[in-house]
Amino acid sequence: KKKGKTKKLKQKIKPDEAPVQEMEQAEIEVTENKSESGACFPPTFSVSEIKNKQRRHAMFLKLKEEKRKQKLELKKKKKKERKALGDQAPPKEVPKTIENQRIYDETTVNPEDEEVAFDEGTDEFSAYFNRLTNPKVLITTSDRPRGRTVRFCEQLATMIPHAHVYYRRGLALKRVIPQCISRGFTYLMVINEDRKVPNGLVLCHLPDGPTAHFKVSSVRLRKEMKRRGKDPTEHVPEVILNNFTTRLGHSIGRMFAALFPHDPQFVGRQVATFHNQRDFIFFRFHRYIFKNEKKVGIQELGPRFTLKLRSLQKGTFDSKFGEYEWVHKRHEMDSSRRKFHL
Amino acid sequence: ICRLKVIWDLIGNKSFCSYKVKTKTQQFCRNEYNITGLCNRSSCPLANSQYATVREEKGLCYLYMKVIERAAFPARMWEKVKLDRNYAKALEQIDENLIYWPRFIRHKCKQRLTKITQYLIRIRKLTLKRQRKLVPLSRKVERREKRREEKALIAAQLENAIEKELLDRLKQGTYGDIYNFPIHAFDKAMEKQEEETESEEEEEEDEEESGTREFVAEDEFEESDLSDFEDMNNLKGSSDEEEDAEDQSSEEEETEEELEEEKTKAKSKGKTPLKGPIRKKRAYVEIEYEQETEPAQKSKAT
Repeated sequence: KKKGKTKKLKQKIKPDEAPVQEMEQAEIEVTENKSESGACFPPTFSVSEIKNKQRRHAMFLKLKEEKRKQKLELKKKKKKERKALGDQAPPKEVPKTIENQRIYDETTVNPEDEEVAFDEGTDEFSAYFNRLTNPKVLITTSDRPRGRTVRFCEQLATMIPHAHVYYRRGLALKRVIPQCISRGFTYLMVINEDRKVPNGLVLCHLPDGPTAHFKVSSVRLRKEMKRRGKDPTEHVPEVILNNFTTRLGHSIGRMFAALFPHDPQFVGRQVATFHNQRDFIFFRFHRYIFKNEKKVGIQELGPRFTLKLRSLQKGTFDSKFGEYEWVHKRHEMDSSRRKFHL
Repeated sequence: ICRLKVIWDLIGNKSFCSYKVKTKTQQFCRNEYNITGLCNRSSCPLANSQYATVREEKGLCYLYMKVIERAAFPARMWEKVKLDRNYAKALEQIDENLIYWPRFIRHKCKQRLTKITQYLIRIRKLTLKRQRKLVPLSRKVERREKRREEKALIAAQLENAIEKELLDRLKQGTYGDIYNFPIHAFDKAMEKQEEETESEEEEEEDEEESGTREFVAEDEFEESDLSDFEDMNNLKGSSDEEEDAEDQSSEEEETEEELEEEKTKAKSKGKTPLKGPIRKKRAYVEIEYEQETEPAQKSKAT
């Protein structure tokens, strides 16, 4: 009882003198009298039931501190046990991450899979990978592009060798594609714009190759990047493709790889990275230098953007009659937070 | 008394007309049969007993006519005539139907027909061109995606991943002979093996070659002072590479230890000390630099 009283006194010190106070004091008194000691509360009591904000806040802080203390004690105990056991201690627990908990995708590619190797030997990119064709990219936009999109296209063209930017004068893509094929282009890249900002990318492999539609986000142009280097040179960059594990990821990865010519010029020390993380593909363009065999310095040049695959369609761009290999269906595919498709 | 005059007095000026829309400068008439769209004495379909309009339904133009004879039959008041699709023929039809009608109404009907045909043509042209499809974005979904992207970016640790990949490629030798580092990698591997068996070898050395002199550094020996001495060591040790390597490794080890101590003293003041293995490597590397690859250090791109 005494403890309860001291607690009441403490609470009285708070500078609020509303008459409601007394009612609540009575409540708390009752509840505290019910309890065995001042520190532990009966199970029906919760901090949120106190009407007074300051007192409620104080109680909450106390609760938090107790929890923190308990946690610290637990940690110390564990550490002691671990020391005591020495070598026989159980291995350290690995914290769960989203990557750890990812639902296993059955289409994950095994590096030695023969079927995959066979497929890749005969798909649309086999011509590129067998060094029969050289990439030539045509970059264009949707109708009436705004300045930002235009600059983005230009910067893309400087990064990707053999890339040409053409102004879209309201031409239909279906008519553009045969012309491109006749002029020997291997890729058509259309950057869609909405509200003065690029937000979509259609990447079409030309001699009847697959068409991928991406959502583009967080585009940073060159001048917006901090600590960037000088403009990229004409050297052919290397390509890094990270984390493309499933079949779908593999085909998308090959699509990106086929954008760049086969033999990177190491003299240029430039590298373009497509990194897939949780279905977001991050694109970065760096210049690297090896300080020694254990350290490398990288410096970012060039624009950066992130892509998210929306659909993959067999054949060239045909939104009405095309055969879709993969379409992102929000309700089916976004229901689980641990399931990724690339 | 003239009925229409009374009607116009009321709806036009004095009283209320539900079809009238007033703006600062003009009055408009919302009646669907109005030919000009303005609220005038001559354009009001309620205040004129003889009236005609041209209206369009689903791409076809119709001529509507109202005469005083049918004023008592509101259900049959408006006579609807389908006009030809051909513009010239339609004009003729209007002329033929509205013969002996007031000039104003005839003229306005033809004007209206012209405008209607023009916009119909434009509609047909536009539908042939590509149309912009508006896809509605769900705000909740967009916010969710944005948040997930940020988290994915943090989880990706892009710089580390890229550096790791580049170093792996260097080790595998995809860069060929451009960089001189791979040789050091071999040396390091060799020396690491020798470090493991060093204790045995040292003992052997002591047993076999008693009386040989070895130059050992002091406790507080600065590595930077080493430059001249190192070169001398290199020059001396041309005959027996292994012994030289061992000497170097033992010397380097000692200097490493000293450097480690110094570094701990230095670093413990301010910043957090580096972890053990990295510190060791650093000391190791500095020695290499002083021997050979100084220019490479300077050419670092910033």
